Amino acid sequence: MTRLIAKRLLLGLLTLWLVATLVFAVSGALPGDAAASILGQDATAETLAALRAQMGLDDPLALRYAHWLGGILQGDFGLSLANGRPVAEVIGTRLPNSLLLAGLSTLVAIPVSLALGIASAMRPDSVFDRLTTFLSVLALSTPSFLIATLTVLVFSVWSGLLPALSNIDRAEGFGGTLRVMALPVLALSLSVIGQMARMTRAILIGALSEPYVETAILKGTSPLRAAILHALPNMAGPIVNASALSLNALISGVVFVEVIFAYPGLTKLMVDSVATRDLPVMQACALIFCAGFLILVLVADIVAILANPRLRSAG
Amino acid sequence: MQDRPFIEVRGLTITAGRDRRQIVRDVSFTAEKGEVVALIGESGSGKSTIALSLMGYARPGCTIAGGTIRVAGQDVRALDAAGLRRFRGKTVSYVAQSAAAAFNPGWRIRSQIVEAATLHGTMGKAEAAGREAALMETLALPDPAQIGARYPHQVSGGQLQRMMAAMAMINAPEVIIFDEPTTALDVTTQVEVLRAFKAMVKEQGVTAIYVSHDLGVVAQMADRILVLKDGEVMENAEAGELLERPRAAFTKGLLEASRPRRLELPEAPADAPPVLEVQGITAGYGGTGPDGLPLYPVLHDIGFSIPRGRTLGLIGESGSGKSTLGRVLAGLVPAAKGSALINGRELDLRDAARRRRQDRRELQIVFQMADTALNPRQSVAEILGRPLGFYHGLRGQARTGRVAELLDMVRLPRHLAQAGPRALSGGQKQRVNLARTLAAEPALVICDEVTSALDTVVANAVVELLVELQRELGLSYLFISHDLGKVEAMCSEVMVLWKGREVERAARDSLTRDPQHPYTKELVRAVPQLRRGWLEEVTAHG
Repeated sequence: MTRLIAKRLLLGLLTLWLVATLVFAVSGALPGDAAASILGQDATAETLAALRAQMGLDDPLALRYAHWLGGILQGDFGLSLANGRPVAEVIGTRLPNSLLLAGLSTLVAIPVSLALGIASAMRPDSVFDRLTTFLSVLALSTPSFLIATLTVLVFSVWSGLLPALSNIDRAEGFGGTLRVMALPVLALSLSVIGQMARMTRAILIGALSEPYVETAILKGTSPLRAAILHALPNMAGPIVNASALSLNALISGVVFVEVIFAYPGLTKLMVDSVATRDLPVMQACALIFCAGFLILVLVADIVAILANPRLRSAG
Repeated sequence: MQDRPFIEVRGLTITAGRDRRQIVRDVSFTAEKGEVVALIGESGSGKSTIALSLMGYARPGCTIAGGTIRVAGQDVRALDAAGLRRFRGKTVSYVAQSAAAAFNPGWRIRSQIVEAATLHGTMGKAEAAGREAALMETLALPDPAQIGARYPHQVSGGQLQRMMAAMAMINAPEVIIFDEPTTALDVTTQVEVLRAFKAMVKEQGVTAIYVSHDLGVVAQMADRILVLKDGEVMENAEAGELLERPRAAFTKGLLEASRPRRLELPEAPADAPPVLEVQGITAGYGGTGPDGLPLYPVLHDIGFSIPRGRTLGLIGESGSGKSTLGRVLAGLVPAAKGSALINGRELDLRDAARRRRQDRRELQIVFQMADTALNPRQSVAEILGRPLGFYHGLRGQARTGRVAELLDMVRLPRHLAQAGPRALSGGQKQRVNLARTLAAEPALVICDEVTSALDTVVANAVVELLVELQRELGLSYLFISHDLGKVEAMCSEVMVLWKGREVERAARDSLTRDPQHPYTKELVRAVPQLRRGWLEEVTAHG
């Protein structure tokens, strides 16, 4: 088992390295010159050349790549071009906010979608199942930015219940934080809930027709006990993997939601950095998102291994 | 109350699907306390459905539509959901056909057995665990105190089947339902499991319903036998009476089909040239080790030759490597060592894709599951047409004509050419499967357990067809089976595989009469006989 997990970890690191290389290659291919965009209109040939030399832009590609990668390995993402502060520091103020948003959305999405999925799977084609299916499909096929806009319209503009802008830095106390977070979390988790509930239902319906579930029923268990204690644990692997893929939608959803609610998170930073051609910040954000994606998949893999007694006892 | 039978079923009707098709029609029977009643019939006869209805359970899609079911003084159909939960697993318990599928793969075996007891509050966890160990000992399982801590994939199929019985026994139920409990086992394992079941039923004095398609097994277990066909009772009689003096024509047919048979084989000239010659085949799975041999070897140094117009039978238990040998010859599993000649030409044993077209045409394989071997989206004409176009370049009118001829050969009506596999019965599907290999005009056909998924009567007909085709076309077969009866019926020579090695080869007549190797002796002895009392004889000797 340890070997299996070590193998997954190694593969994860390899993927991360490939992604980093790709990010470096792509950002090098973007039009425009970082030095030119810093100096803007005031650039003279001399200042431009000086800055280029200072930034190491004249070095060969391989050398720049080595410098860049070496820096990242030591946690040094370089200096932000926009304000000259270290990238790590700029990100450090934003990352916790994004993690809070994604974390709260996950905490809401997982129990709700599991409960909906289990309830639907136990009575397929019932009124409840059809209604859940309809709402799930509706939620997952509506883009998060539309959901976000609609929730703002309903909960802030029309009813005034909740603030339209989520400036968490100014929220007061726990209750204030919750009020500020409510709309972004709702917008973000709805489509994830739709997807995860659908997949939980599909996977569980398959498991409920397994002979061992029938055995449990014939032992005298209730259908709910058979579903939750007998069928669900065996499906932990597939469900967690499917959920990891759904939760990845959070990462892309975060982009829209943060922008619409003016939420001071990482993606808003990334969008701003694209606008200002702040390459180091952009690269760091891209890497962090990819790492988040990989961590989710990795955790799903490890849970799947732990949930399966065959894999658990394997070498 | 005192005078009523212990189990009483009256006018039971069970329907399936939206159109309420009756799959069990007006079935009535009774059982006295301590009696073993067998339900016997072919697939689709409703025997499992009837047995499950005694627990107030109908599989998804089925409904208990009419009749009364009384078990141990309870009117089962009058119980509500909570009443059924208390009833199932406590008053009546269930031993499923495939324990491998019926045990939860993610739970330790002991937890699953103990759950059956704690669920009903009949005993505490510790007491239940103690009783679990005691039952494991009763059922002759090794290391009874510890074996329950394992997961289902860590014990053998025969052990798991006995543990299923332990799970059924833990609440000391009044009635146990055995649903084909030994069908998934090798015959040699079956003997031990049957013995354990019989001893347990006798000791605990439980009433049992025993569902099976195998008359030989039922003859050993049952006091009374119910013969079912298409959801109706054909005959209901005391076991000895039914076996010796069957009254219904259907029962007679079933008994006839269960007797050992030896079909008359076509005469082949003594100097017939070999169609397939195999030498020193070694094969396995899991990549190659440093010695150039597979990490998990399955076959060791196998060699034989099959003359034109003859059949070599290949018999062995599950895991003996007999199917692997078929797959090696078909080019689906590479051989690590060895060589093979088909009609004198060297056969590529690394990969079927490298074989000459003629080699591929002359050596064909038929698989066990006709269901999965036929594309459900194609018609029979398309299925048979493909090899006709591929090997013989037949198109249009010529192809249609040949498809009709092939259907004639396997004794299927010509109009089935337009039907899809879904519209065919199991036996018909296997015939189409066979016709597809005949389309190639092969010299040798590998039959891999081709009758194992079929009912006895249907399986016998397929075996007869194979022999007739051999007579007409001069075919040679490699007939792979775990069923000694079928092998004896149609093979001129039999090879016994045990743990990947050939342990015995003999003409079919001498193999059963005078087996040499200990495994062959055990195998011959373990085939259930229709005679009552056979189980006691066998186990007394063992």
